[in-house]
Amino acid sequence: MTAPATIGIPVARPRRRGAELRLLVFALLVAAAARAAVELGVEGHVELSVLWYVAVLAVLFLIAHVAIRRWAPYADPAMLPCVALLVAVGTAMIHRLDLGIRVNNPGAAQDAPLQLVWIAVGVALFVLLLAALPDHRALARYGYTAGLAGIVLLLLPILLPSSISEINGARVWIRFGPLSFQPSEAAKLLLMMFFASYLVQRRPVLSLVTRSVGPLELPRARDLGPVLIAWLGSMLVLVRESDLGSALLFFGMFVVMLYIATERVSWLLIGLVLFAGGATIAYFAFAHVQERVVIWLHAFSGNYPNDQSYQLVQGLFGFATGGVLGTGLGRGQPQIVPIARTDFIFASLGEELGLVGVMGILMIYLLLASRGFRASIGVRDSFGKLLAAGLSVSIVIQVFVVVGGVMRVIPLTGLTLPFVSYGGSSVVANFVLVALLVRISDAGRRPASWPVSESAATAHPSEVGA
Amino acid sequence: MNRPIRKVILFCALLFGVLLVNATVVQVVEAHSLTSNPHNGRVLIDRYERQRGDIIVDGRAVALSTPTNDALKYLRVYPGKGLFAHVTGFYSLFKATGIEQSEDGILSGSDSRISFSISRFGQLLAGQTPKGGNVTLTLDAKAQALAQQLMGTKRGAVVALDPRTGAILAMVSTPTFDPNPLTSHNSKQAEAAYNALAHQPDQPLLNRATAQLYPPGSTFKLIDTAAALSTGTYNPQSLLPSPNVITLPDTNGVTLQNYEGESCGGNPITMTQALTISCNTAYANLGLALGGDALKAQAEAFGFGRGVDDLGLPYVPSVFPDVNKPQTAQAAIGQYDVAATPLQMAMVAAAIANGGVEMTPYVVAEEQSPKLSVLSRTQPRVYAHPINATVAAEMTQMMENVVEHGTGTHAQIPGVAVAGKTGTADHGVNQKPDSWFVAFAPAQKPTVAIAVLVEDGGDEVNTTGGAVAAPIAQKIMSLLLQEKL
Repeated sequence: MTAPATIGIPVARPRRRGAELRLLVFALLVAAAARAAVELGVEGHVELSVLWYVAVLAVLFLIAHVAIRRWAPYADPAMLPCVALLVAVGTAMIHRLDLGIRVNNPGAAQDAPLQLVWIAVGVALFVLLLAALPDHRALARYGYTAGLAGIVLLLLPILLPSSISEINGARVWIRFGPLSFQPSEAAKLLLMMFFASYLVQRRPVLSLVTRSVGPLELPRARDLGPVLIAWLGSMLVLVRESDLGSALLFFGMFVVMLYIATERVSWLLIGLVLFAGGATIAYFAFAHVQERVVIWLHAFSGNYPNDQSYQLVQGLFGFATGGVLGTGLGRGQPQIVPIARTDFIFASLGEELGLVGVMGILMIYLLLASRGFRASIGVRDSFGKLLAAGLSVSIVIQVFVVVGGVMRVIPLTGLTLPFVSYGGSSVVANFVLVALLVRISDAGRRPASWPVSESAATAHPSEVGA
Repeated sequence: MNRPIRKVILFCALLFGVLLVNATVVQVVEAHSLTSNPHNGRVLIDRYERQRGDIIVDGRAVALSTPTNDALKYLRVYPGKGLFAHVTGFYSLFKATGIEQSEDGILSGSDSRISFSISRFGQLLAGQTPKGGNVTLTLDAKAQALAQQLMGTKRGAVVALDPRTGAILAMVSTPTFDPNPLTSHNSKQAEAAYNALAHQPDQPLLNRATAQLYPPGSTFKLIDTAAALSTGTYNPQSLLPSPNVITLPDTNGVTLQNYEGESCGGNPITMTQALTISCNTAYANLGLALGGDALKAQAEAFGFGRGVDDLGLPYVPSVFPDVNKPQTAQAAIGQYDVAATPLQMAMVAAAIANGGVEMTPYVVAEEQSPKLSVLSRTQPRVYAHPINATVAAEMTQMMENVVEHGTGTHAQIPGVAVAGKTGTADHGVNQKPDSWFVAFAPAQKPTVAIAVLVEDGGDEVNTTGGAVAAPIAQKIMSLLLQEKL
């Protein structure tokens, strides 16, 4: 193993901001083409509003690009273009669903313009974060505050009366009048900050003090506390919201970060056993959890396709209709699937863009996550490493849970597809997530003329050889 | 910390690998079974996405699609209700029948000759309307309406052909059904309407003209006659033994007699006389003399045991079974297990009318593009040469006798020579026999051939079925002949 060149030797990496700009222009061309294809497909002509739409997107992403040039000039040049591509695909599909619904219901509200507003808010927070947070390590100081806020946000919908927290049967919301907000997206970021800072502090204890049981090195019982708390929290989410996806996401993130921090496979095994055991107990103890699983396993049986599994089954029909090449944008029937714009937008994309589009979109997510991991490997401080890895893993798990749910790999959940699904909380939170990744990648790629900070000094011994 | 990060990256790639494999399974491997899943409404919506073409009779649409306000954009409507139902069939959420089924490619627009021009791309290029193509039928609307009216509440079928081309001018099967309730977009209502029809004992959904077999009774004597004359050893004046009763060979005294046990006015009588009065014993003897194989060969020369290409309607080939001697005698008078469709018997009449050249029957006249240009026009095709022209001429003369002073006098048309043959066929103990009439006119230059079958139409009072079926045939032929003038 060769030591990364960045350690101790200041080597200026090319900033590659020009490449980022060219990739952004490409993403904007895709956005324009997709929107035009949608209108051509549904209405037979292209509305002039395409120009406005592309102009707004162009301005927003150029602002983000300029912000990166100004405040994070060494950041990874592929991250923002990945986001732009996902936004292009997502907004085109939301517009397409608007048009599809408008065919039968001319007065129906349009979602695409509001989504654009949320993207603008997301970009604003993106810029704000880059400007206000020159060093991501500052976040480590607020670890416990973030953790507390995250837990409160996560559990708030369960504790609040369902009149405030329930929409379409899912108790994952907080509503103030006309505005609704899904706190789990923000909670995801806050908890990740907490996990990272907590694990950096506790690494020595969690990774070194072990006792051997056979080939395994298990932690001491009293060190199991944090993982048990995380487990209890996720089980609460599973049982109260019967949301296997969110439970999987939060607990998965925590266990993976624990593993990265300690390099102990035993944590993964403990996590796996705890989660599998807990989920099994929940299955047998709670009828509604059981029903979710039964609907998933027997989606096509009995009356389920007309009732409980209608959405899932119709989504699968959409994928099947799309086949390899898809029906073409604007030329399928994605609006058949209820609430297609949020949880089921991937089924709409699968129908109109086909397997080719599905694979392409998954590859964009994988690319974004891999750039995040690259940032994690490149950055020098443990907190940054853990945070970047956790953020990247969260993208992967979330996409897996959503796409896997829609495609019937796992039971369906209420999570959204980052940057693609309609929804303000999701879009804004994910812009903040990418802003953090951009910030950390900038730190990792920046020439190390910066003073080698306390993080390197307190680095874990294993890191040197990594 | 970088080593576990790299392992986590591998794990993430694995998760995405699972998704990619699963996407391939859903979108490629299982795509077909998902598409044909009964819960899949998409296929249905696609089918109703563009306007289906019209089925046209005499310039008027008898099946057309009208815009709706529901998710399925067009409703299939049949303005003639039951009048054309057995030809057009119906196009429902669940199935299509008749021409709706056989011409679906044209009507839906999926046929390769029009699918491009009405695709979105084609519309951009040529400004085509996204509508399916039209199908015009050979039917004569007035003759069809008259046939329907004359059949009234009787069960049975009428098929009228142009013997020169095989074009079907009228095709009625009664009782008929109204296809409109079946095309309802409310699947429960449509299903209930269909089930009600499907369970009705008199089977209104059955096309009796093409898909139901009946014992042809005495109309089969035309095939005996054809077989006899074709041998060259018989002529219309050949004498046939015609006792009141014959005992069938190889049986312990099973007898065969004439209708109501009447005499045939002599013994022996000429073949012409035997056909004219429909003498069973004479034809049973003729059949025995010719042999079962000869009868079967002649029947198959007319089309028994054979399908009709491109008819576009459900079609059941007529049957002449392998027979022993006593069965041959019964088969010769159209009993035993001999069974024919009304269309087949109309084809027999048409073959005789057309000088022995049997034309392939067809009901689709033209296939048209959405812009009404003709994609294909059905060209008359020869179906078979069951008899030669001489035999045809002799048989025509004999059949004229039937109508002039035989069992078929009910079919006389003033000023027009009509050639015909009656039939009364027993089809079960204690059931009234079926009544047949097959004919063509004008006898010397035929432009219409017809077969009429009335189930249980034989009557105790009237001798032979000619009294029930022949007048129906007479009126329809009269109308068609007037129209041709």
